[in-house]
Amino acid sequence: MAIPVATIVILAMSSSDDIWAHLLSTVLPEYVMSTIGLMVGVAIGTVIIGVGTAWLVSTRDFPARRIFEWALLLPLAMPGYVIAFVYTDTLEFAGPVQGALRELFGWSSPRDYWFPEIRSLGGAIAMLSLVLYPYIYLTARTAFLEQSVTLLEAGRSLGRGPWRNFLTLAVPMARPAIIVGLTLAMMETLNDFGTVDFFAVSTMTAGIFDVWFNMNSIAGAAQIATLMLLFVVVLIVAERWGRRRQRFHQSGARVGHRPLRPLSGSNRYLAFLACFLPLALGFIYPAAVLTNMAFGEASSDALDGFFSAAANSLTLSGLAAVFAVAIALFLGYGMRLYPNRVLAVAGRFSSLGYAVPGAVLAIGVITPLAWLDNSVDGFARSYLGISTGLILSGTIVAVTFGYVTRFLALSLGAVETGLGRITPNIDGAARTLGHSPLSVLRRIHIPMMRGSILIAVILVFVDGMKELPMTLILRPFNFETLATQVQQFAKAEQFADAAPGALAIVAVGILPVILLSRVIPTRRQ
Amino acid sequence: MVIMTSQLIIILNKKFWFFDMKKQRARLMFLTVGAASLVGTALIAGILASLPTVAPAAEKNEVNLYSYRQPGLIKPFLDEFTKRTGIKVNVTVAEKGMLERLKAEGRNTPADMVLTTDIGRLSAIADAEMLRPVKSEVLERNIPAHYRDPKGVWFGLSVRARVLFVSKDRVRPGEITSYEQLTDPKWRGRICTRSGKHVYNISMLAAVIAEKGEAEAQKWAAGVRENLARKPQGNDRAQAKAIAEGVCDVAIANTYYMALMTTNKKSPEQQKWAAATRVVFPDLNGHGTHVNISGAAVTEHAKHPANAVKLLEFLSEDFAQQMYADQNFEYPVKAGVPLNDLVASWGKFKPSTLEISKVAKFRPLASRIMDRVQFNK
Repeated sequence: MAIPVATIVILAMSSSDDIWAHLLSTVLPEYVMSTIGLMVGVAIGTVIIGVGTAWLVSTRDFPARRIFEWALLLPLAMPGYVIAFVYTDTLEFAGPVQGALRELFGWSSPRDYWFPEIRSLGGAIAMLSLVLYPYIYLTARTAFLEQSVTLLEAGRSLGRGPWRNFLTLAVPMARPAIIVGLTLAMMETLNDFGTVDFFAVSTMTAGIFDVWFNMNSIAGAAQIATLMLLFVVVLIVAERWGRRRQRFHQSGARVGHRPLRPLSGSNRYLAFLACFLPLALGFIYPAAVLTNMAFGEASSDALDGFFSAAANSLTLSGLAAVFAVAIALFLGYGMRLYPNRVLAVAGRFSSLGYAVPGAVLAIGVITPLAWLDNSVDGFARSYLGISTGLILSGTIVAVTFGYVTRFLALSLGAVETGLGRITPNIDGAARTLGHSPLSVLRRIHIPMMRGSILIAVILVFVDGMKELPMTLILRPFNFETLATQVQQFAKAEQFADAAPGALAIVAVGILPVILLSRVIPTRRQ
Repeated sequence: MVIMTSQLIIILNKKFWFFDMKKQRARLMFLTVGAASLVGTALIAGILASLPTVAPAAEKNEVNLYSYRQPGLIKPFLDEFTKRTGIKVNVTVAEKGMLERLKAEGRNTPADMVLTTDIGRLSAIADAEMLRPVKSEVLERNIPAHYRDPKGVWFGLSVRARVLFVSKDRVRPGEITSYEQLTDPKWRGRICTRSGKHVYNISMLAAVIAEKGEAEAQKWAAGVRENLARKPQGNDRAQAKAIAEGVCDVAIANTYYMALMTTNKKSPEQQKWAAATRVVFPDLNGHGTHVNISGAAVTEHAKHPANAVKLLEFLSEDFAQQMYADQNFEYPVKAGVPLNDLVASWGKFKPSTLEISKVAKFRPLASRIMDRVQFNK
């Protein structure tokens, strides 16, 4: 699993001439600044939305709370490049918003008035925050639900107000979970190319592709990618170091069935609004625009090959989800059983694939796979006199392998959070009673962390549905997924024809989200 | 791994479907054995199916294509090719990473042919020595020498001109006639273009380098940047739209976008953008308008080279060339193939006589110059 990331690092070791001197003296400072700006912005945006809404729906009672519980996850199904397109259409000069303003105030040219430019760093931050906050919502909510109620009650009884209680007790206790969600959001921000490219923001990701294609230097591109990985590693290590002496297991003392705190008067509606806004902006509005296009303007071309593409998408995402979660369980449980450094580092390292732009990671996948195929072929040629050709490269196996390496971070994160909350005392007790490690995993851990496992399955599945750059490079001949179809129409600027596919990606993403909402506990235990 | 997977499936099943807990073990065994045998069978079947002998067998009736061009644009050609020759065309489309995939697959690559939309990609693949020279009288007759590689490694199939779209209202005919004039201070705050790092702009700047040398080209790029009305963004159509909206007066764009907008029935607003602008064929250094080519080549390790050459020849003949003209609104490379009426209505122009492969060599330098002048900032 670590091989693709390792391949990129190895690629980065070959010479890239004087590209760095050139970059340093010209555009690198801008790349780095906009990357940091983007990350900080998205971090703030996603944490505020994600933690805030998670807290509200897990501890307070207000109108439509039961619906928000699952609906707040929906923006996860919306690809960043799709929402970016929808909002550009709405907010640019020719769009309905500015059109209405001009009508209202009698302006005629863009030189007459100021309007925030959607194609900007701020725009990219807003778009990515809207679709990435569910990662934090998901992990924070699970943590809030499993938090010991007695501790929070103690806080209240010691005279803390609800805000202080939230900020000084609930959030710090949920920190590992929030960090897991935030790490995923940050990695996805780093690997995003579609949104920043569309908004003309020069991030390091944009720099990778520039060096790769315009300067014909894959080595230089791999070096920038490796630098970005270092960036992520430093962040993760710093965070872990910050809480190196803390342990976050839940104690056994849980109070059964605590009612949600009802909110009074206007607070009810404020809470409603706080949950409704991200949902409306991140899902309802863009989905409505897509639906409108899909049924209004799409031509019959849009349905050509739609069903086989949908079947391919489902197969790939399903396979990737099963394998990514199985491997994450294996790695996560292995790290728990044998806490040695090698395994921990290997696990962490392979999950870094998520922070690399898909097209770059695809090179990390195709290179070792083709090497393996060619070695087998070379062996067969010299000893058996036959050619086995390429067995894995350019098959669905290669694409699945690519997905699994890319999305392992998602499943590993969820599985680790789940395992981390189970105190090792339970393992000890079960082992003393004569159960093998495998039996403990099956009979105790997996049932106890069912919620986390399902979260892992769904995250990988939904992200698999949206995956584009790796699919393009690794796929077999004549093979389309929904995402590649959307891209194909969008490239040809037939946005209306792209709408049904985009809508299908979103719709398929919704099903597991609803399934998920039925499985994760909806009440505090 | 298989055991873990099966267990996971069991856990999921237990939750969602009727499932007898007592049969868990039996079910586990069943799933494990089932999954293992499935994987095994699939592998063996896959290997058996794909086992050619080392000695070259007769070519199967197909040809495998790695395409940088979007399928919508090439499908009509390929369908017609299959109809005429009975040769099936398998396609995979990607813009990024094709070259690396070809390199990694080496002698076992399934690709027989590559199809690209610009000379940059084509020459990068040629430089990596992934292509084989083709000797064909048909190709040499149909494609003028300056649109193909002297050794026959690659062939241009259509010509795309990078021109100016100017505002009909705010720019008088004859007011701008060359790329050099774009740096004139009179255009301050009046020029729009897409990202300076887009292949089309990089190729254009590479042509300026080829004509005038690095120092002059850098001065030119800095001058254009100085005159930009806004940060480079959007695609070529978005620039025409900006002119229609009054954001700027002159845009740098490829001709076929004008035709695609004019004939766009699905989004009539694009017809308005086109109506607000006019095509100007600018001159570079007295040598004509900058052009790029879309092209194709046969891979070094092609398994169906004869079929690939057939496809290449088909693409250079009248039928396909006429489609390049009428469907994609590009300029056909083959002499005597009539232009699309709309394209012809913009007038005749003089395509640059610069050797196209020479221009491609300057692309990395062009990219650096774009950085040095902070074109996109």
